[in-house]
Amino acid sequence: MTQWEVVIGLETHAQLSTQSKIFSGASVAFGAEANTQACAVDLGLPGVLPVPNRAAVERAIRFGLAVGAHIAPVSIFARKNYFYPDLPKGYQISQMELPIVQGGALRILTKAGEKIIHLTRAHLEEDAGKSLHEDFHGLSGIDLNRAGTPLLEIVTEPEMRSSEEAVAYARALHALVRWIEICDGNMQEGSFRCDANVSVRPVGQKEFGTRCEIKNLNSFRFLERAIEFEIKRQIELIEDGGTVVQETRLYDPDRDETRSMRSKEDAHDYRYFPDPDLPPLVVSEAWIAEVASAMPELPSARQQRYQEALGLSEYDAGLLTASREAGDFFERVREAATGVDAKLCANWINGELSAALNREDLDFSASKVGASQLAQLLMRLSDGTVSGKIAKELFEIMWSEGGEVDALIESRGLRQISDTGALEAVLKALIEKHPAQVEEYRGGKEKVFGFFVGQAMKATQGKANPAQLNSLLKTLLAGD
Amino acid sequence: MSISELLNKDLTEISGALVRREVSAMDLAQGYLDRIDAVQANLNAFITLDHELTRKEAAMADALRAKEPTSPLAGIPIAQKDIFCAEGWLTTAGSRMLENFVAPYDAHVVEQLKKQGFVTLGRANMDEFAMGSSNENSYFGAVKNPWDLTRVPGGSSGGSAAAVAAGLAPAATGTDTGGSIRQPAAWCGISGIKPTYGRVSRYGMIAYASSLDQAGMFARTARDLALLMDVIAGHDPRDATSVDRQDAPCVSVLGQDIKGLRVGVPQQWFGAGLSAGVSAVVQASIQELSKLGCEIVEIDFTMSEQAIPAYYVIAPAEASSNLSRFDGVRFGHRAEQYKDLTELYERSRGEGFGPEVKRRILMGSYVLSHGYYDAYYLQAQRVRRLIANDFERAFERCDVIAGPVAPTTAFPLGSFGADPVQMYLADLYTIPVNLAGLPALSIPAGFDAGMPVGLQLIGPWWQEARLLNMAHAYQQHTDWHTKRPEPLSGAAS
Repeated sequence: MTQWEVVIGLETHAQLSTQSKIFSGASVAFGAEANTQACAVDLGLPGVLPVPNRAAVERAIRFGLAVGAHIAPVSIFARKNYFYPDLPKGYQISQMELPIVQGGALRILTKAGEKIIHLTRAHLEEDAGKSLHEDFHGLSGIDLNRAGTPLLEIVTEPEMRSSEEAVAYARALHALVRWIEICDGNMQEGSFRCDANVSVRPVGQKEFGTRCEIKNLNSFRFLERAIEFEIKRQIELIEDGGTVVQETRLYDPDRDETRSMRSKEDAHDYRYFPDPDLPPLVVSEAWIAEVASAMPELPSARQQRYQEALGLSEYDAGLLTASREAGDFFERVREAATGVDAKLCANWINGELSAALNREDLDFSASKVGASQLAQLLMRLSDGTVSGKIAKELFEIMWSEGGEVDALIESRGLRQISDTGALEAVLKALIEKHPAQVEEYRGGKEKVFGFFVGQAMKATQGKANPAQLNSLLKTLLAGD
Repeated sequence: MSISELLNKDLTEISGALVRREVSAMDLAQGYLDRIDAVQANLNAFITLDHELTRKEAAMADALRAKEPTSPLAGIPIAQKDIFCAEGWLTTAGSRMLENFVAPYDAHVVEQLKKQGFVTLGRANMDEFAMGSSNENSYFGAVKNPWDLTRVPGGSSGGSAAAVAAGLAPAATGTDTGGSIRQPAAWCGISGIKPTYGRVSRYGMIAYASSLDQAGMFARTARDLALLMDVIAGHDPRDATSVDRQDAPCVSVLGQDIKGLRVGVPQQWFGAGLSAGVSAVVQASIQELSKLGCEIVEIDFTMSEQAIPAYYVIAPAEASSNLSRFDGVRFGHRAEQYKDLTELYERSRGEGFGPEVKRRILMGSYVLSHGYYDAYYLQAQRVRRLIANDFERAFERCDVIAGPVAPTTAFPLGSFGADPVQMYLADLYTIPVNLAGLPALSIPAGFDAGMPVGLQLIGPWWQEARLLNMAHAYQQHTDWHTKRPEPLSGAAS
C-alpha cells in the first residue's frame, strides 16, 4: 500500500488590536448594534476615500520584527474586486504583489521535537462586513460594523506534515500575536481564524498533490478535525481511483466534515490592481527602529535567558514562554520571592499552579493565587518554615479560600517542626512502639525506613522538617 | 449699476459690490435663479435646482457678511458640478444610478467654498460619472452650447461651463480627468483650470478614475480662477493623495512680469488633426505671448500618440472598480424585480448605468482580467511614465507649455453618436496632462467661425500660480475673455 505524505500550509487572519478601522476613523469594538460602527468610508458612499491607519501598519511591523522577516520599505495596497453585499465598495483593499512583511519563520514544538515553519508573507487588508441570514423572514441583512476592520493575513510555506504540526503552528502563532499585543486572539469573536491548504502525495514524490483550501476554522480543535477529515478524504479518493479537485471547502463542525464551497472553475478573477487612492506605503528605517525599541522581549529570547541565566530546563523554560502571561507571571513571582531558587518558582508555576488553572480552565490573569501570594508561599517553603507537603496544602487553601501565607501558617499551626528535641521525642516513641520493624531495618530491610518517616509525619501532622527527620531517624535506627 | 448689469460681471467685480454692500447675497442668488429658470429648458445646464436650499445658503452668507471680518467671497453664487457631494443636495453624477441620492456629507471642495460663504445656485449637468467629452452622456439630457444651441458645450463638465458662459453664474466647479474642465472652458469661451494632481482634495468627489481625477474651477478671468484656487487648494488628511505644500497664494503672484518666461510649443500638436481655424487662433495667441516678452521655444513630444490608448486603459480600469459600489444594495438605483442576488446586481446596474459608462466598465474589467493585465494595464502604466518623462524633459527647456485644447471648436450635437472612439481621439491635447498629473488651464483665445477657441497653458508640477499669472497677463492685453454669447431668449440682458 502507498505511504502518503501530508502537506499543509496555513493562512491566518489576525485582527489587529487597533482602536479604529484600517482606512477610517470608525471604532472596531465587538458586539455593537448592527451598522452603528460604520462611517461613510466603511459604507462605501460615493466620494469617500481610504486613509491608512498608522497603528495597523505599526502592528504589522511589530509582527515582522517578531518573526525575523523583511519589512518592506515600500509596499502596495491593491484592490481585490468582487461583488458581495457585505463588501460595500465592490472591492477589498489588500496587499498583493508587495506585502509589508516578507519571509520570517516561527519555531514550533511537537512530540517529535522542534521544527521551524517558514512564512511566505504577512499582509495588511480590510475585513468585509457580515451577512445575516436569520431573523429577516427570507431576506438577508447586512451588518457593516466589521467592514474595514484591520487584518494581518499571515501565510506559511507548505511545510507542515501533520494536523499535529498545523495545530502546533497555529498555537505558536496565536501565542505570539498575543505576546506582542497586536491581536487579542479571541477565536470565538473571529479575531484569529485559519484557512488550511491541504494536499497529499506518495512518500518520496517531489511534486505537491492537488490542494484544497479549507475555510472557517475558528478553533484549534476544528483545525485539527478538519485537516484530519480532509487527509482521509483525499487519500480515500485517490486510492479509489479518483483525483482531488482544486477547490475551496468549508468545514462543518456539527457534522465533522468538509464540503465543497466552490471549485477552481468558479473561482473569481479578482482583477487585482494597485489602489489608486493609496500611495505606496513607505516604512522608514527610523520607524522600524522605533517599533523595535518598544518591542517586548520575545518568547525565544526569553526562553534562552531562562535556560542560560536561570538554569531552567528546556522543558520548563518552554512552558513558561508558551504564552506571555505565563512568562510574565513567572517574572512577577521571581521578583517578589526574594532568595527563592528560580527552578523552584518554575516547578510550582508549571506544576501546582498550571494544574489548578487547567482544572478550572482559567488563564494566568484569572489565577486565584496571585504572583505575590505564590512568592510568599515559596519563600516560606525555601526558608524551611513549611514543608513541601504543607506548602501544597497551603496552596490549595489559598486557591479555594484565599488568604495570606503567613497568617494561614500561624492560624493553622502549620509551622514546620525543626526543633531536634521535639522530633527526637516523637521518633523515640515510634521506635519503642514498633520493635519488630526496627529489627527488620537493622536486618537490612531498608524499605522499612519509609514506614518510620510516614509514621513520624503522621504524628507531627506533616510539619516535621523532612531533612532533619531523615538524619535524626537514621541515627536513632542505627543507634543503640 | 443695476443688478442685471452686475450679474454679467466677473467674480472680482461682484465681490467688490458685495464688500461695498451694494448688493446682498440674497439679491444675487435670486437674480441668477431668475435667469437660470428662464433658460433652463433651452440650455439644460443644471440637473437640480432647489431655490429653497439656495436661498437658505444665501441667507447664511448674508449672516456671515454681517460679521467682521467678512470674507470678500461671502455671497458669491456658484454652480456646483453634480459630482461633488453636498449635504442635503441631490448628487447624481449625471446618472440614473444616483437619481435619488441625497449626499449625507460635504465634499472637501464644497466645504471649503461653504466656509467662505459661497452660495450654491444649483447642481450643474455633466456627462454620466464624468465620462464623455460632449455632455451628451448625461442621463438628464444633453447641455447646449450658449454660443450655438445646436452644438455641444464640451464635457464632461459641460453644465458648469455653459452656465458661466451664459451668464447664469460667475463661477462653477468642475473636475478634469482627461480634459473635462479645459475642453468645455475652451468651447464655451471661458477660463478654466485643472490643478496639479494632489493639489485639491478628492474627498467627496465621486470617483471616475482616481489617479487622474482632479477638481478645478471655471470663471470668466484668470484673476477669478486665482481667487478660487486659493479657496479650494490645500492639504486634506481625508485624501491620502492630497499633498501638503506651503505655496504662496495664487493671487499674490498675479501681476508679476512674464517677460523672459520661455513658452514651449510642442511641434507634434500642430500637425495633421488640428483644424486650420483653431491652429490659426492658437498660433496668434502664442504670438501675443511673444509680444509680451515671452521667449517661444519648440519642444518635442515623442510619446504624444500613445497618450489616448494609455488613458483608455488606465481610466476605464480604475472606473470599473470605482463604480462597483453602485450595486443597488445600500444606495442608488435598485431594480424593482429580481429573483436572486445576481439578478439584483445585473438589473440594478443594467438599468442604472448608461451606455458609455457600461462601455468603460467593460473595457476596464477586460484590461484588468487575468492574462491581460500585463499586456494592457502594466504597459499603459509604462507609457504613462514615459509621457511624464516627456514633460519633464520639456520643462528643462521651457517654463510653460502652450498649445491647443482641442483639435476643433464645439461640434454639433449628435456628431459622434455611433463612433465613440472618434470622440475619444479629440482629447489628444488634454489627456497627456492628466497622465502626467500636471496643472493646466484654458483661456479664451479667439474664434473660429463664430465659435470660441481656447489656449491651453501647461505648467510644471505645482506651478498653478505661474500659469495663472501668465493667463492674467494675457487677459490684461486681450479682450477675448470679455466676449459673451448673445443672451438666450428669456434671459434678462
